[in-house]
Amino acid sequence: MADLSLRETSAKPSARLEWALVGLGILALLAAPFFVYPIFLMKMLCFALFACAFNLLLGYTGLLSFGHATFFGGAAYFTAHAVKVWGWPPEAGVLLGMAGAALLGLVMGFFAIRRQGIYFAMITLALSQMFFFFCVQAPFTQGEDGIQGVPRGMLFGILDLNAPMNMYYFVLVAVLVGVFAIWRIVNSPFGMILRSIRENESRAISLGYSVASYKLGAFVMSAALAGLAGSLKAIVFQFATLTDVTWQMSGEVILMTLLGGIGTMVGPIIGASLVVGLENTLATSGFPVTIATGLIFMVCVLVFRRGIVGEVYARVIGRAGTG
Amino acid sequence: MAPPDLDRSEPRVVLSARGLRRDFAGFVAVRNVDLDVRHGNIHALIGPNGAGKTTVFNLLTKFLAPTSGRIELLGHDITRTPPARVARMGLVRSFQISATFPHLSVLDNVRVALQRPAGLGIQFWRSLAALDRLTPRAMELLRSVGLDDAANRPAGDLSYGRKRVLEIATTLALDPKVLLLDEPMAGMGHEDVATVSAIIRSVASDRAILMVEHNLTVVADLCDWITVMQRGEVLAAGDYATVSRDERVKVAYMGTADD
Repeated sequence: MADLSLRETSAKPSARLEWALVGLGILALLAAPFFVYPIFLMKMLCFALFACAFNLLLGYTGLLSFGHATFFGGAAYFTAHAVKVWGWPPEAGVLLGMAGAALLGLVMGFFAIRRQGIYFAMITLALSQMFFFFCVQAPFTQGEDGIQGVPRGMLFGILDLNAPMNMYYFVLVAVLVGVFAIWRIVNSPFGMILRSIRENESRAISLGYSVASYKLGAFVMSAALAGLAGSLKAIVFQFATLTDVTWQMSGEVILMTLLGGIGTMVGPIIGASLVVGLENTLATSGFPVTIATGLIFMVCVLVFRRGIVGEVYARVIGRAGTG
Repeated sequence: MAPPDLDRSEPRVVLSARGLRRDFAGFVAVRNVDLDVRHGNIHALIGPNGAGKTTVFNLLTKFLAPTSGRIELLGHDITRTPPARVARMGLVRSFQISATFPHLSVLDNVRVALQRPAGLGIQFWRSLAALDRLTPRAMELLRSVGLDDAANRPAGDLSYGRKRVLEIATTLALDPKVLLLDEPMAGMGHEDVATVSAIIRSVASDRAILMVEHNLTVVADLCDWITVMQRGEVLAAGDYATVSRDERVKVAYMGTADD
């Protein structure tokens, strides 16, 4: 996926400015539910984390997965089932969802990492379609109906998640922890090796790195974090359905990531917010959402291939370079 | 067919190949290649285009699997060993196309190589500051090849020659027992050739080097032992004087070279 890999954006114009922006962003998110419908915000947060987890693979390892809906939707099913049928508390349900997604990631990754580029994408697509049909057939998913009426329950036995604000701050904290985990992975010794694999795989092998193991590790981490996003969504919306395991969902997260800017930390968050916002707006207007997102995707690929954040970085760095 | 240089009572053989063969869909790229690389020697693999030099290289480093034959590294059979493992055992290669990590800084290029031996490959929970303790060694390596002034620039911004030098520094970071250089001077200007020659000579003292090289002046000047290949087979082997006197070599290769 060399053609998709970006100029390293860690060459920051100003690290201090970035931290200030991150702080402002968190403050805005803390205040947001007083101004915006919390359910919408939580949906945005879940997809933002989903896109960030996906970007860990595409942006920082150079692997284009076309099967991430499996982890997102699969985790949603696991969590919904554990909470509703087994009566687990929400935090345990979320952890189970993550563990299940990680396991699915291990299986899918095991087969997919043997191939590169488009073949990698095709294998992930094929395996995620298999998982989709499994979900259609398996009794515990309730087929077309999905698992409905999932209780939100009491977080750690004390915090009632039925209160929208409690739910919102739980999701916010969980998403921030997830995004922080991704940031940490990307900016770790392990992340450095991932980047070197993205940059030049043969060279990484010749330096003695078992590239397949690193890719599998990144794949499992990405799957687990995508699973966290799916589990949270199941608790927020109190249901888990087939929609979240379809290939369209895998496509949507690609769109979000590309739109925002792959290989940047903030890009997928912006991209996910825009797409979710757009879908919410269009949902009431009757204009077909898929046409709008398709058009956006085309414009993105034709005009700003680096994504929104990627273009901003390029401009700022370019200006710093000339001026 | 020249016999392998078994009778020399010189330094020990660190890398050896016997009866190496590789087929590509009916075409035999390399056949019956015997090769011995000795500690402390600079060994050149030369021959006209298409002679199979790069294939031999890929076979020795396990980037290609041999169709038949046997490869030994430091006494261990590595015929079926995966490439990353071979690298960990001390056989490290460079590439014909300059192989750097272009968007990483020059310093990070070398540090990536140092990470694995230092046990800093899989720490996904630690910050990048954990790599700071590799910086002194990385800078030392960069200084030894004259790249310390460019440490913080992206590797992709370096000139072609300096990229090759960076690649050698990165390779040396692993402190390999056997160093395989695939056309280290290809496409370089005169000054760079001198620089790289000096670097290769200086690092050869306590390891073995096998290099594919077209520049015969460099080969004559630098190499202790030369294996000449033609059409996938070893045509001759010996030191430069011996090989350059060989009639078959003259006809096949050197007779047409003006160097």
